[in-house]
Amino acid sequence: MRPFIFERATSPESAIAAFHADRATSFLAGGTTLLDLMKLDVVRPERVIDINALGANEIEISEDRLRLGASVRMADAEAQEELRRRVPMLTQSLALAASTQLRHMATLAGNVLQRTRCPYFRDVSWSACNKRLPGSGCAAMAGFNRQHAVLGASDACIATYPSDFAQALIALDATVDVVGRRGRRQLPFAKLHVPPGRTPEVETTLAPDELILGFEMPIEPWMSRSLYLKIRDRDSYEFALASAAVALEVDGGAVRQARIALGGVAAVPWRAREAEQALIGRVLDEASCQLAADIAFAKAQPREHNAYKPLLGRQTVARALLQAAAMEA
Amino acid sequence: MSAIHVTTKINGDVVDYVCEADETLLDVLRNRLGLTGAKEGCSTGDCGACSVTIDGRLTCSCLVLGAEADGREIGTIEGMAKGDELHPLQRKFLEHAALQCGICTPGILVAAKSLLEHNPKPTETEVRFGLAGNLCRCTGYDKIVRAVMDAAQEMRRA
Ligand SMILES: Cc1cc2nc3c(=O)[nH]c(=O)nc-3n(C[C@H](O)[C@H](O)[C@H](O)COP(=O)(O)OP(=O)(O)OC[C@H]3O[C@@H](n4cnc5c(N)ncnc54)[C@H](O)[C@@H]3O)c2cc1C
Ligand code: SF4
Ligand code: FES
Ligand code: FES
Repeated sequence: MRPFIFERATSPESAIAAFHADRATSFLAGGTTLLDLMKLDVVRPERVIDINALGANEIEISEDRLRLGASVRMADAEAQEELRRRVPMLTQSLALAASTQLRHMATLAGNVLQRTRCPYFRDVSWSACNKRLPGSGCAAMAGFNRQHAVLGASDACIATYPSDFAQALIALDATVDVVGRRGRRQLPFAKLHVPPGRTPEVETTLAPDELILGFEMPIEPWMSRSLYLKIRDRDSYEFALASAAVALEVDGGAVRQARIALGGVAAVPWRAREAEQALIGRVLDEASCQLAADIAFAKAQPREHNAYKPLLGRQTVARALLQAAAMEA
Repeated sequence: MSAIHVTTKINGDVVDYVCEADETLLDVLRNRLGLTGAKEGCSTGDCGACSVTIDGRLTCSCLVLGAEADGREIGTIEGMAKGDELHPLQRKFLEHAALQCGICTPGILVAAKSLLEHNPKPTETEVRFGLAGNLCRCTGYDKIVRAVMDAAQEMRRA
């Protein structure tokens, strides 16, 4: 690691005050992305502000709302019995990620802000990576792009957005509670990340000095019929090749509401809204689930080594929907 | 760069050290405190060879700064045996020959101890998933899993 200045913040206010606009400054939460990328020399902050003591550790569940503090560890949210029962998709997306060690360390805010696992991004010996070095090109385009995105990517960057938990948040219409020098604001989780377009180095709509304080979302009784299905190269401790977060409201056999979000296949957290629409009023069977899955991947753009992803993704969505349909919720 | 003064507890003893901002807890344990049980396999959170507990929670010490340990309690492999008396997990690893080169062993023992504290009666699947963050290039895991199951049984009887 390159040398840097270390500071501790004990409140959101002190974290923001410690932020230096004239210096590359990073907030340090669990460190499982930040310190990793600092060691790899991919990110080079001159100042690191430890935010582990600033609070934001609350998990508040009421009849119809859930609030998760930014600093809650993945393992602690995952272990919440009530949450497991009421919104299984959320706790499953956490439990199926990373390892025991990493889930103990990693925070929820850090999780959604984690960076892509694109090997060309993570290895500075590759000179072409628009995300790391704007304008340098994209080594993945003609390289080994088996893990890369088929939805929401651009000609400048085809990196996959890696978080599992983010798919549950976008499916649940979560909002993000943010504070910065210009004050506090709320934004829809769906507006937190931006697709790569021509500026893949810009990943979120947060200002550099803005701190995430927490996530909030409405929870409804029907969300107990939800799940997170993750398909990967091995059964545990691996990122998704394709995943689906699904929740279904079923009334008299027909779908009233569906939520579908896709992981492992897209450049940003990905909500398959057209596929959701297609299910409304339908009975959940092999044909309707397959139809929704086809719609979810209708605009997929595969590259040389990830041509398997649209098919794998469709099968993942269809299977997740059928499994959710069969749940006793 | 200014040195950072840290007061912590390691395996029950109060320990003071001074480190640089860019030193990880693993660096501090190994290079400053002579606690070389935790190993550096990957340094990027993948292998678990650096596993320690912080305030009782299993973590990768390669992704924690030495400065972050201030005011916390660290548990390392060096604290596992009571003097000459091995922990049941350590004994079972020997009995089952659950190690070859041994690089992964300290991390796996620390992780297995933490697993059994949370779940004294794990199924084989739970052991495999619980220890997924600890990679071993030598054993093929089978003997490790058997040693952990066996130790768990013995610890339940004790
Ligand atoms: C081997 C390995 C396997 C993994 N497998 C998976 C997996 O299968 N699925 C998955 O989803 N993830 C996986 N991960 C990623 C892991 O979940 C993330 O690294 C972790 O969640 C990041 O959280 P953190 O608290 O450690 O963040 P940090 O590393 O501390 O921070 C990450 C980024 O977020 C910023 N940040 C943190 N908190 C805030 C805040 N409150 N406000 C503003 N900015 C903030 C930091 O400045 C930094 O830029 C894996 C990681 C590793 C190393
Ligand atoms: S896909 Fe994106 S992150 Fe990967 S090399 Fe190309 S520009 Fe970089
Ligand atoms: S050295 Fe820490 S996980 Fe490999
Ligand atoms: S015994 Fe060699 S890595 Fe596990």
